[in-house]
Amino acid sequence: MATSSVSKGCFVFKPNFKKRKISVPIEDYFNKGKDESEDSKLRFETYHLIWQQMKCETQRLQEELNKNLFDSLIEFLQKSHSGFQKNSKDWGSQIKLREIPTAALVLGVNVTDHDLTFRSLTEALQSHVTPYVVSLQSKDCPDLKHFLQKLVSQLMDCCVDVESKEEESAQKKTHCSMDSLSSWYTNVTQTDPKMPRKKRTSSQWQSPPVVLILKDMESFTTKVLQDFIIISSQHLHEFPLILIFGIATSPIIIHRLLPHAVSSLLCIELFQSLSCKEHLTTVLDKLLLTTQFPFKLSEKVLQILTNIFLYHDFSIQNFIKGLQLSLLEHFYSQPLSVLCCSLPEAKRRIHSLSDNQCENIRRLPSFRRYVEKQASEKQVALLTDERFLKEEAQSLLENLYVYHTNYFLVLRCLHQFTSSLPKYPLGRQIRELYCTCLEKNIWDSEEYASALQLLRMLAKDELMTILEKCFKVFKSSSEKQLGSTAKKIEELLAQFQSLDAEAKEEEDTSGSHSKGLQKTDLYHLQKSLLEMKELRRTSKKQTKFEVLREKVVNFIDSLVREYLLPPDTQPLHEAVYFSAAHTLREHLNAAPRVALHTALNNPYYYLKNEALKSEEGCIPNVAPDICIAYKLHLECSRLINLVDWSEAFATVVTAAEKMDANSITSEERNEIIHLQCSVY
Amino acid sequence: MAHLENLVLCRESQVSTLQSLFGERHHFSFPSIFIYGHTASGKTYVTQTLLKTLELPHVFVNCVECFTLRLLLEQILNKLNHLSSSEDACPTHITCETFNDFVRLFKQVTKAESLKDQTVYIVLDKAEYLRDMEANLLPGFLRLQELTDRNVTVILLSEIVWEKFRPNTGCFEPFVLYFPDYSIGNLQKILSHDHPPEYSADFYAAYINILLGVFYTVCRDLKELRHLAVLNFPKYCEPVVKGEASERDTRKLWRNVEPHLKKAMQTVYLREISSSQWEKIQKDDTDPGQLKGLSAYTHVELPYYSKFILIAAYLASYNPARTDKRFFLKHHGKIKKTNFLKKHEKTSNHLLGPKPFPLDRLLAILYSIVDSRVAATANIFSQCLRCWVSDLQRPHGAPCSAECFLSCRRTFLPTAFLELPLITSLVTLQLLTLVGHDDQLDGPKYKCTVSLDFIRAIASFQSFQDTILLALWLWQRWQ
Repeated sequence: MATSSVSKGCFVFKPNFKKRKISVPIEDYFNKGKDESEDSKLRFETYHLIWQQMKCETQRLQEELNKNLFDSLIEFLQKSHSGFQKNSKDWGSQIKLREIPTAALVLGVNVTDHDLTFRSLTEALQSHVTPYVVSLQSKDCPDLKHFLQKLVSQLMDCCVDVESKEEESAQKKTHCSMDSLSSWYTNVTQTDPKMPRKKRTSSQWQSPPVVLILKDMESFTTKVLQDFIIISSQHLHEFPLILIFGIATSPIIIHRLLPHAVSSLLCIELFQSLSCKEHLTTVLDKLLLTTQFPFKLSEKVLQILTNIFLYHDFSIQNFIKGLQLSLLEHFYSQPLSVLCCSLPEAKRRIHSLSDNQCENIRRLPSFRRYVEKQASEKQVALLTDERFLKEEAQSLLENLYVYHTNYFLVLRCLHQFTSSLPKYPLGRQIRELYCTCLEKNIWDSEEYASALQLLRMLAKDELMTILEKCFKVFKSSSEKQLGSTAKKIEELLAQFQSLDAEAKEEEDTSGSHSKGLQKTDLYHLQKSLLEMKELRRTSKKQTKFEVLREKVVNFIDSLVREYLLPPDTQPLHEAVYFSAAHTLREHLNAAPRVALHTALNNPYYYLKNEALKSEEGCIPNVAPDICIAYKLHLECSRLINLVDWSEAFATVVTAAEKMDANSITSEERNEIIHLQCSVY
Repeated sequence: MAHLENLVLCRESQVSTLQSLFGERHHFSFPSIFIYGHTASGKTYVTQTLLKTLELPHVFVNCVECFTLRLLLEQILNKLNHLSSSEDACPTHITCETFNDFVRLFKQVTKAESLKDQTVYIVLDKAEYLRDMEANLLPGFLRLQELTDRNVTVILLSEIVWEKFRPNTGCFEPFVLYFPDYSIGNLQKILSHDHPPEYSADFYAAYINILLGVFYTVCRDLKELRHLAVLNFPKYCEPVVKGEASERDTRKLWRNVEPHLKKAMQTVYLREISSSQWEKIQKDDTDPGQLKGLSAYTHVELPYYSKFILIAAYLASYNPARTDKRFFLKHHGKIKKTNFLKKHEKTSNHLLGPKPFPLDRLLAILYSIVDSRVAATANIFSQCLRCWVSDLQRPHGAPCSAECFLSCRRTFLPTAFLELPLITSLVTLQLLTLVGHDDQLDGPKYKCTVSLDFIRAIASFQSFQDTILLALWLWQRWQ
């Protein structure tokens, strides 16, 4: 920016608004990255569609999981409030301490998820209990004044009409005492029936309670909380308050924050939300372990996402964000991701693939492997004839779809078997099992062998319950291929049941068989005992149950070997599997130290200026000063002499001066350098 | 007067003192009266009933509610205004910012006909809050009579003795009146006073006797006792209602209710479970043992690295820094056993409470605890900038060792940069606290606020390696 002014000074420049407002449609971002970009618009649309579906699904899950908690919470609120209204004439309640109903809501340490929970809680409360729901955060309330101000302003926003708002807002600032609040409340509740907003609740109660949610109980200061509770307990008769404490750690924090004199004013009831690990399991179950969404994650990506969840933050929101990122990255970087959609749609899309895309298919490693296995005429046809390729690709996609349906059924079945084993050789959660299965042939692993060994030792009732569960898993799917498996399991179950009957008969016969030991000498007795022992051992191996158990284990083993092949054995799997783990890691697990080091050590990496390109070990004099200083410092990082450092810096920079005559004189330059050095 | 005696029990001497202080309506009374006594010793109640039954003009203000000077003064003036003006007229709202204005406005307000020629009483409940307000406020209130030249008496109610109020600059000394605690006899009398209408007074008095027998040792708070009495009374009546015992059958009733009361002492009294839950238990006759109190939920589920950081923080907080080398370095060499611990360090570290520790010490211990087993996946460490200098010789991402941390404490980059997200999240959860981070030269310092039990629960869950167990074991030996 330039001014016409002669003197030095500060000048205000208004930003040019017209210039800024040029925005690129989002689809276009998909174009830019890749030179050979194909169907970028279609890809973006597909991404958008799938993401919308996934988002809906997660929201639905969230609601479902929260439902129990919210229901009990709402019931508590309703009960405590109606109690407040009803028995005010009762002998007991007249004398009893008037306690503020309080719900302690333990939500777990994943603080980032809490906002969402509180938002839906507020909505639920507003539609079921009361229009007056206020939530406060500790950072807004450093002292009681701010606390009450926030409370008042939020409360009045809850229900004030637009006209009266101005007049009230003037009042708001001056009056934020509990007195004015309770008088406001009586005003509102008495005049309210006129207001349309209140009508749905006014049928329930004459005076709806005011619910105050303290989002992060841990961070509130003790004094603010104490004073507020003391004050509001004195006004409870005219101002029916209900508190909800959002607790991240454990409910003991209440005792730590509030002394007995204050906590005796509260009627605390505890509510615990679902553990976030269980939440993750359901999310995985509904988003990834299903054929509903065509998009899949490779083993490494899944590992990164779950690791971030388990090791760092326990946050479901972050996990879903990570999932979204990988979805976006997949559609952005993989041109063949157009095929990542529902099966009929994908088949349709194959028909309209361009030549370039066909070439892309041919270049896929999995497809190449597939081609190599074919007969030579077919190989030629696949590599030259577009139409043949498209038909083949269609059938391959269909195979992939079938593979997935079978895969998840068998995976669940195997999980039923392994999740009850002692020490969990294949993991307790299905996600661990899924990761191992994605990575390699699971039957090659030692854990699998040991799991099978443990399975061979299961008792009958355990085995039967597992089989029944497996049967349910298979029954729930309508797939034809595995229908026979369900039948087979049913047969096995029937055999187990018949075993019961047989065993009874056998017992009867063996009972008659065993003759009492005859009176003999010691030697004979020993001998006969040994014989009996031998007999038992051999006969044990041949019991019908054991044969059957062996059969079951073998059956499972064969299922696993047939259906749980890792996905990279499948041709065209690249279209639906996202495997760029390192990109994901770069984005999600930022490493500022590495980034800074790269920026200082190799400025070209970020600045993309050709002049900065340099070989290893050489310090370009055109680089930013700080890069030069940093690189020089690297050369002797243990102990560095400040004079030497500045000297070396000057040498590097002035080296250019001799070659470059038309730049500023070296004296001036030196001055600048000295100045800069003194700044460092 | 007989009416007053019925209302105020066991406070005869205090009432008569106050009455003689007040004197006749038009008499000037003592300028300020300071009443103190323990919680629930009847200060507020006695003053309030006295003023009400004698129909004296008074203003009652609770100082907790008035967190600013302005609120307090305005509340007094507006209430006075209400008193003085006739009922149908709606008085205007008075605004008042300073004590000076207050004195002026007070004079105006008390000019009214209805307040003339009689003492006006201003009662300030929870007067200890006045100390935190402006310095001129308390001395001002104490000599309000003199300042305004009106017939006014200020009564201060507090739980704290007068000596703790007296400002440095000196002030007018109020008349100090002490309300002693109720004796057990007094409590018995007061509690049995409010018996339910459907039962006889004797029956309720017997119940109160049992109640006091259980609770008197732990609680003398009248309010709390009364609450507990009401809460547990249905259980006491139960045999009578069912027809299993008569009202006279005290022994049987006692046997029925005593274990119940003892349970109540452990749960309801401590607010482990709420009184409404307790009532529900009574109704359903379930075992209260099944219902877990608030303290039962101690387990906190933490992410993997947060657990390690917390353990490291605990070790750093309770361990003398000198011993780090011995505990956490692989090759620390031999240390003479005799002089290992200095004398003052031999006192239990748990008695001394957590000590602040710098961030790099925490990270050094963290490294030595996690060792190599998470190195492959741990990107967390690449975010640590402190070891910038010595770490650059190694490929990126590989964590530097504890040795490196302990040997290299050079500050190279601004410390604000070092805030690890995980540590910050632990601070927001109040498991760690940040101490004094004003200094830009030093790194941030933390304290670990969790208990040994908490750490033990985490550590056992983690199936720990020897170092930590050794360190934990060593502390216990010191204790």
